[in-house]
Amino acid sequence: MSYGHTSAESKLFGIVAEFESEASIIEATGKTVEAGYHHVEAYTPYPLEELIDILDLHKNKVALVILIGGLVGCAAGFFMQYFASVIHYPINVGGRPFNSWPSFIPVMFECTILFASISAVLSMILMNGLPRPYHPMFNVDRFQYASQDRFFLCIEADDPKFNPEETRQFLESLHPHEVSEVEE
Amino acid sequence: MSKEKAGENQTAIYTGDRLIDPEYNNTTVTSKISNIVLHKDAPAQLYIAAAIGLPIIGILGMSVTYLFLVGTGIWGLNVPVAWGFAIINFVWWIGIGHAGTLISAILHLMRQDWRNSINRFAEAMTIFAVMCAGMFPLLHVGRPWVAYWLMPIPNTMGLWPQWRSPLVWDVFAVSTYFTVSLLFWYVGMIPDLGTLRDRAKHPVIKRIFGVFALGWRGATSHWARYEKAYLILAGLSTPLVLSVHSIVSFDFAISLVPGWHTTIFPPYFVAGAIYAGFAMVLTLTIPVRKWYHLEGLITIRHLENMGKIVMATGFIVIYGYAMEIFISWYSAGPYEGFMMYNRMTGQYAPFYWALIFCNAVSIQILWWKKARRSPVVLFIISLIVGVGMWLERFIIVATSLANDFMPSSWDHYSGTVWDWSIYIGTIGFFMFMMCLFIRFLPMIPMTEMKMIIPKHREKDD
Repeated sequence: MSYGHTSAESKLFGIVAEFESEASIIEATGKTVEAGYHHVEAYTPYPLEELIDILDLHKNKVALVILIGGLVGCAAGFFMQYFASVIHYPINVGGRPFNSWPSFIPVMFECTILFASISAVLSMILMNGLPRPYHPMFNVDRFQYASQDRFFLCIEADDPKFNPEETRQFLESLHPHEVSEVEE
Repeated sequence: MSKEKAGENQTAIYTGDRLIDPEYNNTTVTSKISNIVLHKDAPAQLYIAAAIGLPIIGILGMSVTYLFLVGTGIWGLNVPVAWGFAIINFVWWIGIGHAGTLISAILHLMRQDWRNSINRFAEAMTIFAVMCAGMFPLLHVGRPWVAYWLMPIPNTMGLWPQWRSPLVWDVFAVSTYFTVSLLFWYVGMIPDLGTLRDRAKHPVIKRIFGVFALGWRGATSHWARYEKAYLILAGLSTPLVLSVHSIVSFDFAISLVPGWHTTIFPPYFVAGAIYAGFAMVLTLTIPVRKWYHLEGLITIRHLENMGKIVMATGFIVIYGYAMEIFISWYSAGPYEGFMMYNRMTGQYAPFYWALIFCNAVSIQILWWKKARRSPVVLFIISLIVGVGMWLERFIIVATSLANDFMPSSWDHYSGTVWDWSIYIGTIGFFMFMMCLFIRFLPMIPMTEMKMIIPKHREKDD
């Protein structure tokens, strides 16, 4: 960037290193975590199971939200039909019970799936903090390749161990393609 | 840029047995697939296909307008055949849609990597096929302006849907299916939309993709949630797809009409749906793969695998036909027995035998590996199966109703020009929508292709 020399004035979000291969970012992320950095994020064009392992991100609440969504859907499906056929407009058809629950099952099932799926999508998007069109990472010129064929590792400035000079040197020691500062 | 150009002009057609041409790497896969969307020019064939589809949508619009003005009397329906093309086409279209969900959800759960290059395409097919399917019941209700009575909307008339009717179950099944398919399709596309946002040069296009990408940046913490949500969505879609066609078959099976009232209907319908759907995936992918030179991404191995699934589901369908014949004899019911005799020798016998030829005989050629690996043979077979599955629904609907319990009420049923124009109209709509999809969205998931590259490059070297 041409105005790079003024970067000290703007706030720093973190320092990012760019890697060219899957193997190198996995190795680098491992070393970063070993070195004691916690506020670390890796940006990759496709999910890498190893990075999820290293950054210990396997536990999340998505599944729980989906379960709750599904149960709510199931109950809503049942009570919708129960309310209509027992409370609001009971019709006696040949002495059949008003609450003929076996024939309510298909609609209950569909409501379960519908609610669970909507919760899956919404919980994933909202817990990820999306939609968020702007993010400091997008200020990095080469970050456009993170969705294509390059791998980025960012150590964020709010990490207790973060120090602009030392962190930069540390990242450079991991043999990246390039290291750059991320402005807030 | 020169690198991209080289990828573009790749003329050597990949004929190997891998799931991806080993020449491809992360960079070239990205440029190959995203350039289809971002470059100005598209193959002439696509424009021709769209130019055929668009006027047919006009025919659809005209026919529907006339239908609304005059009523369903313009169709060939009359007592005793009160269900005709509308239900046949509905079942046919929704069945076609099911292959998309099978590919994207069930094969994902089974960790079949070969789904990765065809799933986006098949999911788009699902969405447009379900749109086509959904039109028919709405057109058939007679008074489409009160079609909202099917939904449980509290109103001053105190009306509620009849919860014990499979037709209402259908409303819920199909609308849930459409919603979930759309969500699944969109979620799978978010990372790719991010890629397109990053690669687009034109600021407006960049902004449009940016809005739909929701600011996706590929953070690992996001991927962790994304992968989990996607996997569970696949797990939810799997029983959903089975339930949808089971419920569609309940429309028939819950009634007491001979030939409909059988317990084999749900599994037999589901298998038939996947059978027709895979045939449609082949019908669409084979030409598109050629137009866009995608032989290195949708390889012969993909086609062969799809051929195998066509064959496997075809055999389940053949088993269904055999069981229908057996049970009509074994049940010793005179009406059941007559139904089968009537199918084979009655007024619609030529259609019955045509369906047996299309669905049971023609696919036997796929026993030969050479046939399974030939795009031309597969394309022809897929068209035959598509026709055969339509005939199957026609036979199920028409024979049982036209010759019912009482000979005095028997009649002959056939579609009128309006039946055909609406049916063909939906095919045009489907074709046109697929063309738009291919032109404006990434038809092969870049993210998922990149996931399988390392695995399949090292394999069998």
